[in-house]
Amino acid sequence: MEEKLQLVLSSTPFLLQGVYFTVGLSLGGMLFGFLLGFGLALMRLSRFKLLNGFARVYVSFFRGTPLLVQLFLMYYGLPQVGIEMDPIPAALIGLSLNMAAYICETLRAAISSIERGQWEAAASIGMTRVQTLRRAILPQAMRTALPPLGNSFTSLVKDTSLAATIQVPELLRQAQLVSARTFEIFAMYLSAALIYWLLISVLAHLQNRLEARVNRHEQES
Amino acid sequence: MIVVEKLTKQFKGQTVLNGIDLQVEEGEVVAIIGPSGSGKTTFLRCLNFLEEPNSGRIKVGDIEIDGSRPLSQQQGLVRRLRQQVGFVFQNFNLFPHRTALENVTEGPIVVKKAPRADAEALGRRLLAKVGLAGKESAYPRRLSGGQQQRVAIARALAMEPQVILFDEPTSALDPELVGEVLATIRGLAEEKRTMVIVTHEMGFARDVANRVVFFDKGVIVEQGEAKALFAAPREERTRQFLSKFLSDGNAARS
Repeated sequence: MEEKLQLVLSSTPFLLQGVYFTVGLSLGGMLFGFLLGFGLALMRLSRFKLLNGFARVYVSFFRGTPLLVQLFLMYYGLPQVGIEMDPIPAALIGLSLNMAAYICETLRAAISSIERGQWEAAASIGMTRVQTLRRAILPQAMRTALPPLGNSFTSLVKDTSLAATIQVPELLRQAQLVSARTFEIFAMYLSAALIYWLLISVLAHLQNRLEARVNRHEQES
Repeated sequence: MIVVEKLTKQFKGQTVLNGIDLQVEEGEVVAIIGPSGSGKTTFLRCLNFLEEPNSGRIKVGDIEIDGSRPLSQQQGLVRRLRQQVGFVFQNFNLFPHRTALENVTEGPIVVKKAPRADAEALGRRLLAKVGLAGKESAYPRRLSGGQQQRVAIARALAMEPQVILFDEPTSALDPELVGEVLATIRGLAEEKRTMVIVTHEMGFARDVANRVVFFDKGVIVEQGEAKALFAAPREERTRQFLSKFLSDGNAARS
C-alpha cells in the first residue's frame, strides 16, 4: 500500500505536466472558440443570406459530428492534403473550431432573447447597430449566456482528454504513459479522474461568483 | 417642425397607413386618438423610422427622408433624425442593466460624445425635473412603472430633441401611477415643447393638446382644436368612438 502511494506521488510531476496542457488547451480553446463563435453569432444575426448560411452550415457540421472524428481529421487527415500540424496546434484548432459552433448558438440565442424594445430604445436615441450591440444588447445577453458558456467550458475541459488520442501529452495521456510503465493502471486513472474533478470544481466555483457579479443589478437597489 | 406627406405603410399586404398628411408646428402638442388597430401607433413609429414606411415623405426640422427608398440606404440620415426626435415607449424600454442616471446619460455620452461630467450634470438635472431626484443610482427593476416612465422621459429629453413622440405612455401603468406621468408630460407642454402623443387618456388629450387627430382604419378621419373636437366632433365615426369611449370610461368608474 505504502509502495503504491509512493509510486503515485512520484508520478505526480508527470501528471502535473499533463495538467499544464489540459489547462492550456481549455483556456486556449475557450478563448479562440469564443472569438470565432462570436463572429459566427453575428453572421447568424446578419441580414446577409450568404454569411448567415455559412454560419448555419458551420454550426451544423461541428455540432453534428463527433469531436473525436474532427480531431482525427485535423491530425491524421489533413497531412494527406498537405497540411501537417503538430499534435498541440492540431488539438487547439480542433477544440476551438468545435467550441465555436456551440458558443455561436449560445450567443445567438442569448442575443435573440433580448426583447426588441431594447434595440428600439437604443435606436430612438440615435445609436448605431454596433453601439446598440455593445452598450445595450451584449451586456444583457452575456448574463443569459453565462451559464451555458460555463457548461460549454466545463465540457471542454473534459473533452481535452480526447486529445490524448492524437499524442497530446495532456493529463489523460500522461496517466496512460505512467500506467503503461508501472502497471498501476487503476491508481493512475483514478488520480487523473480526481484531478479533472478538482479542475472542474474550481471552475464551477469561479462561474458561480462571476454569475453573481453579473447579476448584481437584479439584487441591489 | 414636422411635415408628413402621403405616408403609407403595409404589413403583409394589408394597408395600415393609407396616405397620411400631417403637419406639426413648433411648440404644438398634438394628441392622436383612435380605436386600436387604427394605425396611430404605427404612424408614430414611422415618424422616427422604428417602422419602415412603404412610401411618403417625412421631414423633421431640416432633415427630410423619402419613405419609398430603403432605410438601409439612408441610415446616417435616419440616425440624425432620431437624435432630434425623442421617443417614449409604452413599455418604457429602459436599459435594465443601467441605473436611472446611466439610462439618461447613455445618449449624450455614447451618441453625442458629451464629456461624462457634463452628461451626468444634465442627467441629474433632468431626473430632478421629472421628480426623481435621489433615484439616480436606482436600477429600473427597483422603480415603479410610473417612475420608470419618467426616467424614460428624462432619457428622451437628454438628447435635447426638437420633438418628443409618446406612444401610449400611460397604457402599461397601474391606474394610480398614470397621474404622475401625465403631470410630467403636462409640464413639458407648458414649456412649449413640440410633442405628438398617442393616447387613450381622453381627458388628458382635451386639456393638454392643442390639436387632436382622430385616426381610423389607416386614415385621419378628423382633426381640430382639442376642446372643439371633443365638444362637437364633425364626423360620425369620431362621434361613435368618443361616445363609446366616454360611456366605457363612465362604466369603469362607476
